[in-house]
Amino acid sequence: MSEAMNIHPGTTAAVAVHHDGHGHHQSFISKYIFSQDHKTISKQFLITGIIWAMIGGLFSVLFRLQLGFPDQSFPILETFFGHWAKGGHIQPEFYYALITMHGTILVFFVLTAGMSGTFANFLIPLQVGARDMASPFLNMLSYWFFFLASIIMLTSLFISTGPAAGGWTIYPPLSALGEASAGSIHGMDYWIISMAMFIVSSLLGGINYITTILNMRTRGMSMTRMPLTMWALLFTAILGVLSFPVLLSGVLLLFFDRNLGTSFYLSDIVVNGQILPNEGGSAILFQHLFWFLGHPEVYIIILPAMGIVSEILSVNSRKPIFGYMAMVGSLFAITILAFLVWAHHMFVTGLNPFLGSVFVLLTLLIAVPSAIKVFNWLTTIWRGNIRFTPATLFSIGFVSLFISGGLTGIFVGNSTIDIHIHDTMFIVAHFHIVMGVAAFFGMFSGLYHWFPKMFGRYMNNTLGYIHFWVTIVGAYLIFWPMHYQGLAGMPRRYLDKSGWASFNQFTELDKMITIVTIIVFAVQLMFVFNFFYSIFKGRKVNKLNPWGATTLEWTTPIRPGHGNWEGEIPEVHRWAYDYGKDGRDFIPQTEKIGENESKH
Amino acid sequence: MDIVSTHQKQKMHPHKFVMWIAIGSIIMMFAGLTSAFIVKSNQTNWNPIDLPHEFWFSTAVILISSVTMQLAVRAFKQRAMTTYRRLLAFTLVLGLVFVTLQWFGFQNLWSQQITFSGGGAGQFLYIIFGLHALHVLGGVVALLVMFCKAFFGKTKLYSAVPVEVASIYWHFVDILWIYLLIFFLIIGG
Ligand code: HEM
Ligand SMILES: [Cu+2]
Repeated sequence: MSEAMNIHPGTTAAVAVHHDGHGHHQSFISKYIFSQDHKTISKQFLITGIIWAMIGGLFSVLFRLQLGFPDQSFPILETFFGHWAKGGHIQPEFYYALITMHGTILVFFVLTAGMSGTFANFLIPLQVGARDMASPFLNMLSYWFFFLASIIMLTSLFISTGPAAGGWTIYPPLSALGEASAGSIHGMDYWIISMAMFIVSSLLGGINYITTILNMRTRGMSMTRMPLTMWALLFTAILGVLSFPVLLSGVLLLFFDRNLGTSFYLSDIVVNGQILPNEGGSAILFQHLFWFLGHPEVYIIILPAMGIVSEILSVNSRKPIFGYMAMVGSLFAITILAFLVWAHHMFVTGLNPFLGSVFVLLTLLIAVPSAIKVFNWLTTIWRGNIRFTPATLFSIGFVSLFISGGLTGIFVGNSTIDIHIHDTMFIVAHFHIVMGVAAFFGMFSGLYHWFPKMFGRYMNNTLGYIHFWVTIVGAYLIFWPMHYQGLAGMPRRYLDKSGWASFNQFTELDKMITIVTIIVFAVQLMFVFNFFYSIFKGRKVNKLNPWGATTLEWTTPIRPGHGNWEGEIPEVHRWAYDYGKDGRDFIPQTEKIGENESKH
Repeated sequence: MDIVSTHQKQKMHPHKFVMWIAIGSIIMMFAGLTSAFIVKSNQTNWNPIDLPHEFWFSTAVILISSVTMQLAVRAFKQRAMTTYRRLLAFTLVLGLVFVTLQWFGFQNLWSQQITFSGGGAGQFLYIIFGLHALHVLGGVVALLVMFCKAFFGKTKLYSAVPVEVASIYWHFVDILWIYLLIFFLIIGG
């Protein structure tokens, strides 16, 4: 097998040289573009996700400029965006387009497709001991549907009326009527078509992930011997496969309302004195359909991060994961509960208060499995022999963020409190900390950790440490103060709040948040630089198992080809967490149980 | 904790498993639509509809097609390839007849002024039945591919899995149709 890196700029995939198990030569196209190798597909998802993250992140810098400096003109914006930023001021339509696209891109394209697409594809066959996914062909289609969705969404950014601008939650009537906003004239149709492609992509992916985990495990790999990453990705896929179709049905009806004159969501609407013909529709119906996906979606985003963090904390503190079965059980409980709490996003819609209280109860119940996980992570690293690699730090950062944001979850989960803080900056603070930033931390952690397996090289550690410290401090500086703004009643999604005297107290705070945002964004660019630089120039991996991990992916060659293992797929004899057992640093899963070995 | 070494058990073929999960997904989509239907049927301006008789004919057709599909699977397993091809073709044609009948049903409704405008069950009917018909068409395409393979491929090399996967799907769209029909009869009428 050749050790040379074979990089082709201009494609989305940069891949280690391929070891062709069948001995025939593959063309460039089937190797790097229409590849059916799960590892290549994973990298395609990853790199597409990184591109999207930069776009989505840039959008947040732009609208933070508006929020931090509402009166100041930035002529450069006009240079780039023309009439959308007339006089160097972000125009209202532009602002709404920016926040809508920021949310859509980060929630769906980065933290769903980028996250699951990367780690499920990369890790599942490697960690359960399979040569590839159950259906490599569907897997390839999954990426290409995502690619198509990306192209359509990207195109919508450049059409003259602009992209969708009704918020990432695309509530009608705002999203249904062209009269409501420029983005709803055409941009919203692009959004719907793009998301339909996206949903097909995530279903094809999810179906494959589930089947591979349940059906393709190597000999000896019973379910309870799987690393927690596998359990997390399994439950993520189950959530996706069962909830995305409901969003599909919801946006399908929206598409008909927009283009064919149906009235699923519209009723008795007057625009400029003109009564629209729609009758009998219910905008609340859309919210139900949206949040039936929307809430599971937030767990689709966080569960992979939880799996990654469990694995990395255990490996890097050289201790078995604490409470393996409790971890699996809590993932299961979260998955079930995730389907039963969606209406906590709708406490102010006039929801029947009795029903509301049921949703409060179910919502607060999620705190139980969440807390179990947190305590187990803490006990895992407690008195461990911790190696503070960037991956470890990001995992610890994840736990910190998850605690911080989980606690505010208990605030918003109580309808009595939520009615006051709904649609304020408090919500923005809650979900960015618990989901947005935390999931990114899980992703970063996983990338630093599995980069050697993906590309046969290491990422630069110093840049990794800078990346971690600036990001964690920055994230708290950005989002913590938003709690106070929200409690003071400051609404989210408003272009300019300077008209309210009561919010003047936050003027300086908002400036600070914006400046920190710019710094944190710059550091993410540094991470992206580190990532690409290391693919070409990083220190080469020369050990099979650089982190001393027990799991199967480290038994493959340093640069595994299609099929992953050169000979037989190894058989598994033990669970994935034999660290520090019987005086040994770690025992690989492939090692037979010794005669006198103690139980764990 | 599972310490005992367990050998991989004889499992369902992954492609069949894929189909079952896909079916779960499709069910969720229709569950979304039919629950939206229930929510809306409690609103004002709700106009129930009577199902035109075309839908009864199409029901008969799709039921028969399920039987022929099943017979095709059996023929395949007995390696009675001529019978298999015939039954496959027959199923395929029945699928197309079903979709055509649905189309006539839509036209019938449309001519009764049940259109997209205003409120009511009609809008849902077009979308839900239409989406179901698309799924049947998807099955027809799959059958077409298998039919071509059966004609031009080397039959001996086949495993029964693709045929079985196709038949699972075909029975599923059949059962889904029955569910939708009953749903519209009870709640839409
Ligand atoms: C202890 C657990 C949690 C509870 C009780 C909780 C509760 C809530 C409630 C009630 C809301 C609605 C607030 C409102 O709009 O007025 C909300 C919003 C949100 N939560 Fe949580 N949450 C919890 C954990 C999480 C987690 C783990 C995530 C993600 C991984 C998450 C992501 C979100 C998002 C994205 C929103 C806002 C969506 C939007 O309106 O744009 N939450 N949460
Ligand atoms: Cu929620």
